[in-house]
Amino acid sequence: MAKTYRTPAGITFDVFNYIVLGLFATAAILPFLYVIAGSFASDAELTKRAVFLIPETFTLNAYKFIFSTDTIVKSIGVSIYVTTIGTLVNLAFTVTMAYALAKRGLMGRNLVLNLVIFSMLFGGGMIPTYLVIRDLHLLDTYWALMLPGAINAFNLIIVKNFFQELPPELEEAARIDGCTEIGLLLRIVLPLSAPVLATFTLFYAVGHWNDFFSSLLYLNDPQKWPLQVLLRQIVLLSQAAAGDLNSMDPNFVKPPEQSIKMAVIVVGTVPILMVYPFLQKHFAKGVLLGSVKG
Amino acid sequence: MKHNAVTTSAAAQRTSVYRPSIMSRLKRDKWMYALLLPGLIYFLVFKYVPMWGVLLAFKNYQPFLGFWKSEWVGFEHFRLFFTNPDFFMLLRNTLVLSFYNLIFFFPAPIIAALMLNEVRIALYKRAVQTLIYVPHFISMVIVASLTYVFLTTEGGPVNEWLSAHTGKTVDFLTSPDWFRPLIIIQTIWKECGWGTIIFLAALAAVDVEQYEAAIVDGANRLRQLWHITLPALRSTIVILLILRMGHVLDNGFEQIYLMLNPLNRENAEVFDTYVYMMGITQGAFSYSTAVGLFKSVVGVILVLGTNWLAKRFGQSGLY
Repeated sequence: MAKTYRTPAGITFDVFNYIVLGLFATAAILPFLYVIAGSFASDAELTKRAVFLIPETFTLNAYKFIFSTDTIVKSIGVSIYVTTIGTLVNLAFTVTMAYALAKRGLMGRNLVLNLVIFSMLFGGGMIPTYLVIRDLHLLDTYWALMLPGAINAFNLIIVKNFFQELPPELEEAARIDGCTEIGLLLRIVLPLSAPVLATFTLFYAVGHWNDFFSSLLYLNDPQKWPLQVLLRQIVLLSQAAAGDLNSMDPNFVKPPEQSIKMAVIVVGTVPILMVYPFLQKHFAKGVLLGSVKG
Repeated sequence: MKHNAVTTSAAAQRTSVYRPSIMSRLKRDKWMYALLLPGLIYFLVFKYVPMWGVLLAFKNYQPFLGFWKSEWVGFEHFRLFFTNPDFFMLLRNTLVLSFYNLIFFFPAPIIAALMLNEVRIALYKRAVQTLIYVPHFISMVIVASLTYVFLTTEGGPVNEWLSAHTGKTVDFLTSPDWFRPLIIIQTIWKECGWGTIIFLAALAAVDVEQYEAAIVDGANRLRQLWHITLPALRSTIVILLILRMGHVLDNGFEQIYLMLNPLNRENAEVFDTYVYMMGITQGAFSYSTAVGLFKSVVGVILVLGTNWLAKRFGQSGLY
């Protein structure tokens, strides 16, 4: 088989192919490397050199500044809180509903399934949903970031299908041993589904950490903003860290705005890069692929 | 008579075995219904109440009157919207962006997957894959932030380079002409790598013997690509095309909103951002609901229509 590749044209193509893919991979990661380098660079260097990957002088000033402001530290706390609790809410709602829907003889099961599928096709849209949140008095509460997306219909159906494929003999055996429905879920089904649930935990968590839309829509109070919203304020709207700037230590040397922006971007990205190896382990196995067609 | 009695009792028995009464089934599965309930309430409250809330589009919603007491106005908001000059701007921006997306973004993951498929050094392939999936998990705010940091005229590296070499700077972030290219570049950077996964999965399912047979028949690599690899991708491509068609009016709120500013608005404002601006910022709830409803209805028609078309052309379709 390899023989046919050793034509001059084949070799030219291969070389070209490897180079282009290499460039593509570099382009995917280069912006992060640049921003990380810039966040550790000194004032002078950022104005002197446009692009570099290793700063000449290494300084932590930008990070010192970030972690000395109340607003940024608080928004990181908010993001961690919403990500943790929000993911737990997602899992609790998704698993219970999927488990019930996985039971074949359940009356009304098809009706509920069709309700779920229809909601994937048609939705009320931004304003009616906003009014529901408002009328439930959830505006300016963190529940508004967690409840409206508590179940992703797509994930629900994948988890349901997974539960359905567990061997029925296990259920029968557990029942004979006197296991209740809830016990069955907690002791048999959940431990067996750990890898699938780990995948959804990660995907839901990444979704919460990255979420900007819900906060923009439902949180008016700047005191409650998570990191993504503040990031937009700092980088895109350049209102660096709101009121905190002036209340700083007068002896503190203010780093260039560019390096602060870069440092905030790094802080917003690092958690994702940290869980990425785990994410990759799961999606590489193709857990989610078989179900893309619904 | 006796025979009848036997069948009746058999039928009764079958009923009692296979069809317990409704009440006993409810009772048997009470724990299941308890587990179903939170999810069901979620769908009713956060999905179905808003669906019913689209009726707002036919009312003149006044916050102090509430949903029930606000008066019905029929299609008045739709009439206002369709006669508003903004309508054509929104339609044009939305469709042009979707069209660019289809032309420039849609083929990118297919090409990348085909290129990856030709790589025979497993380690190299895996390394490239690992890196190109990363941007998919990065938030849109970070993507927009990176774009700003790179392209700003106040010390951004691209403009520093431009001014050093050409003596001029380009205001990418506020120029209406640069808006669409920037959006497409962002989308390709963020999603192209991730998009290869589904095509690589389809390619992995191709039987290696087909290639071996083709080589025996004297097919070169291009012929193999044309007769084996591309046909293997056809159904995946069709499904993704259907999905894309159905979402022709969805440009992704976050991305557009983050890149939108008053200076590039003429090319940047799309239906989603317009709904946000009119509804949330300016409080025209009924009018913006009408705009959103128009968009959703067209979306559903497009999804079902392209699905129907795909089925007619012998593909399996989605629904």
